Amino acid sequence: MSSHSSAPRRTSKWAHSPPEHRNRRAVLLRRAGDALLGLLLPVAVLVLWQWFGDAGRISPLLFPTPSVIWASFLWLLETGMLGESLGVSLARTAAGFGLGAGLGLVVGLAVGLSRVIERLLDSSVQMLRMIPHISVTFLFVLWFGIGETSKIMLIAKGSFFPLYIYTFLGVRNTDNKLFEVVRVLGYSRFKTLVRLVLPATVPGVMLGIRLSLAIAWVSLVVSEMMGSTSGLGYLMMDARAMSDTPIVFVGIALFTLLGKLTDMLVVYMERRLLAWRGS
Amino acid sequence: MTQQAEPLRSGWRPPLARRTWNSGVWAHFAWAALLPGLILLGWQLYTAYGEVNPILLPSPAAIAEALGTLTASGELAVQLGVSLGRAALGTLYGCAAALALGTLVGLSRLAAKLLDPSMQLLRLTPSLAIAPLIILWFGFGETSKIVIIATGAFFPLYLATIQSLRGVDGRLTEVARVLQFGRAQQLSRLLLPGAMPGLLSGLRLAMAYGWLSLVVAELLGAQAGIGYLMSHAQTNGHPAIIFVGVLVFAVMGKLIDLLVATVEKRVLRWRDSYAG
Amino acid sequence: MSAALLEIENLNKSFRTDSKSVQALRGIELDVREGEFVTVIGPSGCGKSTLLRIIAGLERGETGTVKLSGEPIRGPGIDKGFIFQEPRLFPWLTVEKNIAADLSLRKPEVRSKVDELIRLVKLEGFAKAYPRELSGGMAQRVAIARALLRKPKILLLDEPFGALDAFTRAHMQEVLLDIWKHNGTTMILVTHDIDEAVFLGSRIMILKPRPGEIRGQIAVELSYPRKKASTAFQEYRYRVLREFERIDELAWGESGAGI
Repeated sequence: MSSHSSAPRRTSKWAHSPPEHRNRRAVLLRRAGDALLGLLLPVAVLVLWQWFGDAGRISPLLFPTPSVIWASFLWLLETGMLGESLGVSLARTAAGFGLGAGLGLVVGLAVGLSRVIERLLDSSVQMLRMIPHISVTFLFVLWFGIGETSKIMLIAKGSFFPLYIYTFLGVRNTDNKLFEVVRVLGYSRFKTLVRLVLPATVPGVMLGIRLSLAIAWVSLVVSEMMGSTSGLGYLMMDARAMSDTPIVFVGIALFTLLGKLTDMLVVYMERRLLAWRGS
Repeated sequence: MTQQAEPLRSGWRPPLARRTWNSGVWAHFAWAALLPGLILLGWQLYTAYGEVNPILLPSPAAIAEALGTLTASGELAVQLGVSLGRAALGTLYGCAAALALGTLVGLSRLAAKLLDPSMQLLRLTPSLAIAPLIILWFGFGETSKIVIIATGAFFPLYLATIQSLRGVDGRLTEVARVLQFGRAQQLSRLLLPGAMPGLLSGLRLAMAYGWLSLVVAELLGAQAGIGYLMSHAQTNGHPAIIFVGVLVFAVMGKLIDLLVATVEKRVLRWRDSYAG
Repeated sequence: MSAALLEIENLNKSFRTDSKSVQALRGIELDVREGEFVTVIGPSGCGKSTLLRIIAGLERGETGTVKLSGEPIRGPGIDKGFIFQEPRLFPWLTVEKNIAADLSLRKPEVRSKVDELIRLVKLEGFAKAYPRELSGGMAQRVAIARALLRKPKILLLDEPFGALDAFTRAHMQEVLLDIWKHNGTTMILVTHDIDEAVFLGSRIMILKPRPGEIRGQIAVELSYPRKKASTAFQEYRYRVLREFERIDELAWGESGAGI
């Protein structure tokens, strides 16, 4: 007699095939089911959106249907406007991110490695960090004009802080026990830096790069929406002013895609560089 | 009695250490203030005696004067009130939605499977990139600003809510099972306090993002608020006021953060300061 | 004679790890009478914690019956108090609120019982302290009080003092015996410490590992409080040790044959 006579079937099933050890086909099936469940909502929204739009139940001005947005995307692509705007935006981001992140890395390393530089710089940097990033837009426009410089500077300023902070933390969080090991092994100062501190800093740097990139994209959006005559953000703001809503949607989708793609790139690099960390 | 030897009676606090401003603290402060002090001094001298267009770079003294005038006339207080009201309302809506949806997805597997993939998709969109769309939908009025702030505040708290509800210590969940907690007790004695640290840091992030979104919303066009003050100053050529605006945004952002940090400290008094 | 409080008949349990199945418990038979203090001793990995968790209803056996007061065990409940290896206190609740847990201290009967238990586990003055302010031994005493408040028919202790230093552990053993004498609660304590098993148990069950099987039991006919340095105590220790040496020889014989 089973002691769990109230639910004998459940007991045996539970005991013989706990969920984590079911065979692979069942696991695959369940995953597919989950994916379908997750797709349910977006697909339903898209279908209803298209259907209501076609039936004229929702305003085409506010909610252009997915097919109209797609057509607008193709039109932008064919006329070359998309390629041009994208090129301008990418160039701005690359320049601004390169400048800001590069400085963040260098200053972060310097502050992390030297107590004197830390005392001199860190509190000033922390003070500047308090300023809400976007609020200096007007100042940058005032100083650098509405040309490229002000946009690149805004992106650079945004990209600087995360990388600075995480490089600094990465240097300082190097395992103290390993420092003792290195002393016992008689490493020179230079060797300690190259063989211990720098590798230990890489995880922090990679995290900093991911955050910096995210902020770089946001800065690009904002700087292009506020006083610009080219780029993706301008395309969107111009479309908004002309009430050409489909283009606004295309712009949002592109920004999303760009952000995701660059983030995936960094994650991929991170995996390659940090293989020693294991999963 | 052995327990007399064991540490720390309840409610016992170390006597308030007398604050001695020893030379170490002073030296630290001096080092930290060195660079900003030099910059400020150079800035003042450069603007006073150098060949510099005051439209581009007002002197620190001019900025301080502008701050004084705006404060005395009461204009700063009025505009700040408008900005704070917007930020509060938008953040409130965003946080309420984030808590409701986050709790649903965090506690129900079905809701997680159904909703979370869509939310993750939406999360990828930089919240500020949706601003033009929101303006298209709601116009340039108050509503669009509050929606922009709410979307900014939503995601940090939504993610934190799910994570912290799922992260409640499994060993304590087992204790609750052994003691046969009812549903209400499970929520009030286990889930809520267990999730509180994560929820509060999510709230802190949400408020920071809400504040940042306010800045953008107001800079994109407003008829009142600190952002309006700044854009008005830009068109009328009062750069000192732009600096005042930046300063006010920074100080208010810091104050809001301090407020949440204080609440966090009080609510999480039970937590060991070194708990990982 | 009344029937046993806890009856376990032919209990089996196995775990599956990637394709392999490991038998954790095989053919366990155990009866515990009301008021007994049973200690279960065995090396790590012998399935003694699994046995305790099945009695508590935290896990299910595959075959066999486990009955408390004649009723099959269906899940965890407050009639079976459980003390984990770690105290598992709610870090956000004070000592008295941890003991009350889901019950309201505003009810006078809960209040007075909690106060009584705080005295019983010798934590007077710490009622309003948070877990972080307690030492390991104090925290485990709070956990015991929390279980006792529910007046369990049986108290199950899973290596409760394993993480404590030798002196605190000895003190805790005395506190536990005091509680047992005072309340008469039936107890099953799992341990890998021979001294602890002999010092506390009115009966010692010896568990052998892989698969977990009961390899003998020893009734300890010494009056409480026991003196660890006494000859009689040492004799019981040797008897337990001899049992394990026999198990070891058997195990060596088996694996030797495999090579």
